[in-house]
Amino acid sequence: MSVFTSASYSSPSLPMQRSSPFDPPAEYRRLREEEPVSRLAFPDGNVGWLLTRHQDVRALLADARFSSDRRRVSSPVRKFPIRPDAPAVRAGSLIGMDPPEHTRYRHMLTGYFTVRRMRELAPRIEQVVSEHLDAMERAGPPADLVTAFARPIPSLVICELLGVPYEDKERFQRCTSTVLRLDASEDAISAARDELWEYMLDLVAAKRQHPDGALLGSLIQARAADTALTDEKLAGIGQLLLAAGHETTANMLALGTYALLGRPDQLRALREEADLADSAVEELLRYLTIVQFGTVRVAREDVDFAGRRIRAGETVVASLAAADRDPVQFPEPDELDLARPTSQHVAFGHGIHQCLGQQLARAEMKVAYRALFRRFPGLRLAVRPDEVPMRDDMFIYGVHRLPVAW
Amino acid sequence: MRIQVDRDRCRGAGQCALTAPELFDQSDDDGTVVVLDEQPPPALQEQARLAAALCPNSVIRLV
Repeated sequence: MSVFTSASYSSPSLPMQRSSPFDPPAEYRRLREEEPVSRLAFPDGNVGWLLTRHQDVRALLADARFSSDRRRVSSPVRKFPIRPDAPAVRAGSLIGMDPPEHTRYRHMLTGYFTVRRMRELAPRIEQVVSEHLDAMERAGPPADLVTAFARPIPSLVICELLGVPYEDKERFQRCTSTVLRLDASEDAISAARDELWEYMLDLVAAKRQHPDGALLGSLIQARAADTALTDEKLAGIGQLLLAAGHETTANMLALGTYALLGRPDQLRALREEADLADSAVEELLRYLTIVQFGTVRVAREDVDFAGRRIRAGETVVASLAAADRDPVQFPEPDELDLARPTSQHVAFGHGIHQCLGQQLARAEMKVAYRALFRRFPGLRLAVRPDEVPMRDDMFIYGVHRLPVAW
Repeated sequence: MRIQVDRDRCRGAGQCALTAPELFDQSDDDGTVVVLDEQPPPALQEQARLAAALCPNSVIRLV
């Protein structure tokens, strides 16, 4: 059934125009107040829905009547589907799966990312952070915080965790960066995905020969008898975890630093009060919610949802960024308050797909922000704020560069 | 207060082990929830409530 009806001409597209670097587009506020479950036109011509209230976003992501199958959803920001039949997209990519397939992957992988395991990783994270701060100090100001600090730290940590050679970083960073660019052509994205896919397949083949103790090698050893765990699936897992593991935390570190530099009082508290580290990380996650275009689901059946009827096959966008500024859930939502009590932010999503690597991200952020501001108490922007290039053009929000001095 | 969990629905996000480490841990095998203390002392009951509220899959019930 075609849903390309007159609604596609009258429905608005996803709000993307920001008026400040740290706040989501103001249009979300109007929608949340006036039309929290609103019609949304997708670039491919389909019409679906946009959710902007915290309670609705959580309800959707916990509702099994909605599917995550990437072969069926429309993208809110791209005209074309991401060649969903390509093996590099399908195999092992659990974010686009439903139960029971998704459950098998999740159970296979989650043991590697538990709170306890990530706590055990803290000394290594501290060492990596410290080495990068040493290098910044040696080179002297100014520095680009993205290339000197925010990007290499999570990249190195996820490489070690997965067993991916960090020397190959330029190659995989270039590939994932292309895939995440809004203006990348379909061909460019396919080429980047294929390159990363081939790279991962070669790596998995090498691990089969010489398995190490890191995640990929350990999966191979632990499940040697599991013929269903093919090289393709392992490569898909590796590709997803590698991309998710370095792009997201890297942007949180750089954008979070930029946000904190504009709030000296909060910054001082973070530097001086060790107890603030946990709530500070949660608040930065909420306030910045860098998965800026939200997450998508498709209705498997007709669903009555928050007073509207969502038809089978329609895509629903859950705006995580809008939900995390909902005043019903978060008093004074547009204030960054590092001491805000623990709250149900959805920066990591919600439901069965809530971020697998969230405890790793927390462990990295908890160490990195504090170490950075303690090492360089006088850290400041080395350019005017309006000269900081924002990542409006990327799936994951943040800054392209952050020139700093101290 | 008594803690009940539905491990079949757990996907190992770890919110409980993060929020109330004295009450919850995660299995090394599949990351799913392990209850360390089914009857939390009064001092830990607020943490238990918070863990239940944060669980992305509503796995934790307090009875």
